Order: sequence, then C-alpha cells, then structure tokens
Amino acid sequence: MFKAKVLVKRRPSILDPQGKAVEKGAVLLGMNNIRDTRIDKYIEFSVDSNDRVSAEKEVNEYCSKLLANPIMEDYEFTLIEWKAPEKEKR
Amino acid sequence: MKPRVGVVVFPGSNCDHDAYYVFKKILDCDTEFLWHKTTDLKNSDIIILPGGFSYGDYLRTGAIARFSPIMNSVIDFAEKGGCVVGICNGFQILLEARLLPGVMLRNKSLQFVCKDIYLSVINGNTLFTRDINSGKVLKIPVAHGEGNYFADDLTLKDLEKNRQVVFRYSSSDGTIDEAYNPNGSIKNIAGIINKNGNILGLMPHPERSCDPVLGKADGQLIFRSIINNIFN
Repeated sequence: MFKAKVLVKRRPSILDPQGKAVEKGAVLLGMNNIRDTRIDKYIEFSVDSNDRVSAEKEVNEYCSKLLANPIMEDYEFTLIEWKAPEKEKR
Repeated sequence: MKPRVGVVVFPGSNCDHDAYYVFKKILDCDTEFLWHKTTDLKNSDIIILPGGFSYGDYLRTGAIARFSPIMNSVIDFAEKGGCVVGICNGFQILLEARLLPGVMLRNKSLQFVCKDIYLSVINGNTLFTRDINSGKVLKIPVAHGEGNYFADDLTLKDLEKNRQVVFRYSSSDGTIDEAYNPNGSIKNIAGIINKNGNILGLMPHPERSCDPVLGKADGQLIFRSIINNIFN
C-alpha cells in the first residue's frame, strides 16, 4: 500500500483571484511584506498496490486526467510506502 | 421540420428545466431530458448541456461531469458534427472535455455575478447566429462565480483567426470594454465555438431570456437561429 500526496499548482502565468483577495486580508492585518499568495490544491489518497512502478503510473493517470487540468495546472506527488491500520483495510 | 432537442441532466444541474421549458413550450421542439448515467441521446439533433453546479463544482467546475457516461455519447456526437450547446456550467464541461479550447477561472471580483448583461454578436455567420446580424447587441442574464474565460496567446490567436469568438461582453450600444465585463474574461469573451462550428459554449443564459412574460426574449434569437439553420 502506498500513500500519495499530490500538489496541484496553477501555472505562474495563470491569474489566481483567490490568492490576491486573501493577500488583501494580510494587508488588513498589518502585514505588509506578504507577496505572491497562491491558493493551490493538496490531495491525499492511498493506492492499493505493492508495486511502486505501477502505483506511480496510476497516480500519474489520476492526476493528468482528473485531479489537474494540464491546460492551466501542473502537479507533483510523492508516494510513501504505508501500511493501513487493520480496521481501515477494505 | 423541427429538430429534436436533448437536455442533459447531471447531478447538480439547475437550469435543465428552464432549457426544457423553452425548447418544448416556447420553441415547440420535441424535447427530452437525458440522464447523465445513460448513453442514449434519443436521436437528438441538438444537445444542451445546461447550467448549474454539476457534482457541486468539486475539484474544478465541470471536471467530474465530463466523465459521466453520457459525455462519451455527447463527445462522439459532437465529433461527428452534431450540434452541442453548453450554457454556463455546460460551457465549463465543454472546456473540461476539451471540446472547446481554454479554461475557466474564478471571477476576477471573486463575487458570484447574477444580472442582465449585454452581449455583442461578433460572428453572425455561425449556426447559432445566422439569423442575427454581426454587431447586434443582445440582453441576456449571467449567473456564475467562475466565468472568467482564459486561454493562452496561441489559443487566442487561433480563436480570432478562425472567427471562433461568437459573443463578447459589451455596453448596450455595442462598445466592448473591460468596464462591461462581468467576470474578467480575456478579451471580453462570453461565448466561443469550435473550429467546425457545431459546438457553442457561452456563459450567459439565453434560456432565461426567452419567455416574453419575463420582459426579455433575446435568447430566442440564438435558439431560433439553430432551429432554422440546423438542417441546411
């Protein structure tokens, strides 16, 4: 079993209105040195496989077809070997 | 002969009944709902992907609906030249399905915008606008939080070159300026078609501007244009 930790980030060239609005909040709080706030997506899931190569392939497919839109987003992920606790096993 | 119309219903669609009502009762077309878990388009000549919040807008607008079983049939139908109209969330689904180029971002203002706006017809020589003159201004409502259309420079050049931009946000007299743009979309783009001209995606809701009882009926011009020209 693997645990996948995926980060989906918009390309720097793509406007992030949400990040901009949040940064205005920082200014309201008196923080004047905050720059380039971006709100991205962090997604976690497990992969029921013992083979790292095939697990990576599946995560890549999940990311490129659904979790990220390759037109505006890039993704990166880490796969950590992980043993599910007994009660969480299917 | 009137075309047959199929209105796709996704979980979270909320303009499906408006579209159905307009095509069935006002435009007098044979109209059917098409549940997203089916794959049968029921011999439709026109497919409507209606507005709403399919799958709760989770992940990205339209991202999950795009993989509903019916979308395989819709994509197949569209690639064979079938007429598909995506309104609002339907437009977002068309982008996610790559049937139209570009992406949709959160409105620049971060606000959900719900109001009547003006649309200039940029290309009056499409299936959707043939009965409307280029330059004509339509009054049609928008209602969305994510209608900020974006495409990279290359895609934009392609869109312009192929005359795929059909509608832009404008003033009531047709002036196209950022001031009349409700969501920050690039180049005031409100609606585009594919290269073959059989797929339209637009953020405004023509189906909400069809029944004269509501005091506006410009949306009818778009739908009547399709009905009058689809078999030509």
